[in-house]
Amino acid sequence: MIEQLIFYVFAAVLLFSATMVISVRNPVHAALFLVLAFFNSAVLWIMAGAEFLGIVLVLVYVGAVMVLFLFVVMMLDINVAKLREGFIRHLYIGIPVAGVMVVQMLLVVGSGVFAPESLPEPAMPIPEGAANTPLLGSVLYTVYMLQFELAAVILLVAIIAAVMLTLRRREGTKHQDPGQQVRVRKEDRLRVVKIPGRRQADRE
Amino acid sequence: MTIDAFETPNLLLALPEIWLLAMACVVLVVDLYSSDRDHGPAFILAQITLLVGIGITMITQWGVDATTFNGSYVADSLAAVLKSAILLLVFLGFAYSRDYMRDRGLLRGEFYMLGLFCVLGMMVTVSAGNLLTLYLGVELMSLCLYALVAFDRDSPTGSEAAMKYFVLGALASGMLLYGMSMLYGVTGTLELSAITQAAAEMDEHRLLFLFGLVFMVVGVAFKFGAVPFHMWVPDVYQGAPTPVTLVIATASKVAAVGLFLRLIGEGLLPLLESWQHMVVILAVLSLILGNTIALVQTNIKRMLAYSTFNHVGFILMGFVAGTPHGFGAATFYAVTYALTVAATFGLIMLLARKGFEADQISDFKGLNERSPLFAFVMLLLMISLTGIPGTVGFYAKWMVLKAVVEAGFVWLAVLAVIGAVVGAFYYLRLVRYCYFDKPEGEGPQPDGSRGFQAVLAVNGLAILWFGIFPGSLVAVCMAAFL
Repeated sequence: MIEQLIFYVFAAVLLFSATMVISVRNPVHAALFLVLAFFNSAVLWIMAGAEFLGIVLVLVYVGAVMVLFLFVVMMLDINVAKLREGFIRHLYIGIPVAGVMVVQMLLVVGSGVFAPESLPEPAMPIPEGAANTPLLGSVLYTVYMLQFELAAVILLVAIIAAVMLTLRRREGTKHQDPGQQVRVRKEDRLRVVKIPGRRQADRE
Repeated sequence: MTIDAFETPNLLLALPEIWLLAMACVVLVVDLYSSDRDHGPAFILAQITLLVGIGITMITQWGVDATTFNGSYVADSLAAVLKSAILLLVFLGFAYSRDYMRDRGLLRGEFYMLGLFCVLGMMVTVSAGNLLTLYLGVELMSLCLYALVAFDRDSPTGSEAAMKYFVLGALASGMLLYGMSMLYGVTGTLELSAITQAAAEMDEHRLLFLFGLVFMVVGVAFKFGAVPFHMWVPDVYQGAPTPVTLVIATASKVAAVGLFLRLIGEGLLPLLESWQHMVVILAVLSLILGNTIALVQTNIKRMLAYSTFNHVGFILMGFVAGTPHGFGAATFYAVTYALTVAATFGLIMLLARKGFEADQISDFKGLNERSPLFAFVMLLLMISLTGIPGTVGFYAKWMVLKAVVEAGFVWLAVLAVIGAVVGAFYYLRLVRYCYFDKPEGEGPQPDGSRGFQAVLAVNGLAILWFGIFPGSLVAVCMAAFL
C-alpha cells in the first residue's frame, strides 16, 4: 500500500517536471526540471529492483551530463524566443500525432499482453534477496572483459578525435606561454634609462 | 543461458588485437614526443605494426578453430584471412598517403593513430563471436572513419561528407542494434553460436526472429553501401581526403564482409530462405543503379563510388548462394576488388599535387606519354575491374557467377554479366584517356617518393600476377570455409 503511494507520488512529480522541461521559458529552469525528472525516474527504477541503474542515472546524468548541459546553456547565447516561435503553429499537427500514439499505446497495453501474469517466466530470475550491483560487477570484469576493454578503447578514440577536430592554433589570439614567462630574464623586460636630473643639468 | 562460469581467457588467441592496441598506444606516445614535422616515427611504427600484425595473425589464427573470452572472440581461418587483408590494405593506404597529406598540410600523427584504431575495430568485428563484441567492433571502426573523413577541417566538402556519414552511420548502427535486441529478446543469449542453434530449432517465435533479421540486414547493407542504403557513399568518397577514401573503399568493405558472414551468413544460416530474398533485392538494385549512374560521372572518385555498388552487388551475389563456395567466392571477390581499388586510389594520389586533386577523369589524359609504367598499371587495374580474363577481376567474377548459378539464380547471373559489360564502358574510357589522348595543360605528372612508386607498381602488377596464377589466393579464401 505504502509502496504504491510512493510510486504514484514520484510518478506524478516525474510527469509534472517532464512537462515543465518543454514548457518553461527559461532554458536554465528547463535544465533544472530535467534534473528533477532524472531523480524521480531513478527512484522509480530503484523501486522496480534495478538499483544499479538508478544510481548510475543519478551519477552520470545528473552529476555529469546535466552539469554540462547547464554550462552549455549558460555559455551559448541561445535565442529561446526564436526556437519557440512555431510552438502554436505546429500544435495542430502535434496534438493529433500525440493523440494517435496515446490510442495505440492504450490498445497495446490494454490488450493484456503486458499484464504481469501473462508475461513468460524469466529465463534467469534474479536470486531472492540479491542486489544487482554485485551481480553485474561479477560478470562485467570477468565474462564481459573483452567488451569492457573495447568500450574503453572507443572512449579513447573519442578523446583523440575530439582533440584532433577542435585543437588548432589560431593566428592573432592572445594567450600566455608559461614556459616563456618562467624563462624570462631581467634584461629582457627591464631597460635602465639614464635620465639627467635637474641638479646635474644645472651644474652643466 | 545461465550466468556463465568465468574461464580464464586464452590471451594468446587474441594476440593480433592486443598487439595492435598496444602499438596504437605506443604510436600515440611516440608521436607526442617526436619533434619530426613529417611525423616519420609515427608513420614507420604504424607500418611496422601493420606488417608484423599480418604475421602474428597468420601464426596465431590460421587453421585454428577456437574461441576465447567466454565465446565472445572467435579465432579461425576466416578471421585470419580477413584480418590479413585489412592490415595489408591499410598498410597500402598509409604508404600511398605520405606525399598527398604533406602537400595539403594534413600530415598529422592522429591520421596514423585513428587509422590503427580503425583497423582494430575491423579486426574485432571480423572475429566476433558475440553480438556485443560485434557491435562494439563496428562502432570503433565507424567512429574512427567519421573522424578521418573530417580530417581536413577547412574543407567544406569534407565536413559535409563527414556530417552525412555520421548521421546516416548512426542511423545504421541504431538499426543494427535494434535488430540485435530482437534476437536477444527471442533467444535470451548474446552468443552467436547459441543464436545459430536457436534459429535452427525456432518455430514458435519465428516472426520476431525475422523481424530482427530485417533490421540487421538493413544495418549491414548501410555499412556495405548497398543500394538502396547507399546515399552516403558518393559524397563521402568525394569529400574525404583520398587516403581515407581508400580505407573506406577497401578495408571497410572487407570488414563488412566479415560482419555479414559472422552475423547473418553463418550466424543465421538456418534462416537462409528468409534472408536470401532480401539479399537478392539488394544485389539487383546495386548492380543496376551503380552502373547506370557511374556512366555519367566526370569525377573519378564519384565514378569509383558508383561503380562500387556494382561490385558490392557481386559480393552480395556470393552471399545469396549461402554455400561455403559462395561465401568463399564473395571473400575472394572482396579481397581482390579491394586490392585493385587500393592501387587505383594510389594512382590518383600519385598524380595529385599541391592544389591539384587529379580527381577529374580528364586529368588522366596522356598518362602514357608521361609514365608508360603507371599507364600500364592503370590499364591492368581497369581491365581487372571490368573483369577481362588475364587479370584477377575475371576470376573473382567467374567464381561468384558459378556459385550463383549453382544455387539456381541463373537470371541473377545474366543480369550481373550485362552489368559488367556496361561497366566496361566507363572503365575502358579511362584507359582510352591514358593512352590515346594528348596531355592537356600541365597534364598528369606522376611524381612521388621512390618507395611510394615501388609499392604502387608492385600492387598494380600483383593484379596481373594473381590473374595468371590465382590458385594460391583462391585456395586461401576457400580454406576459410571448407
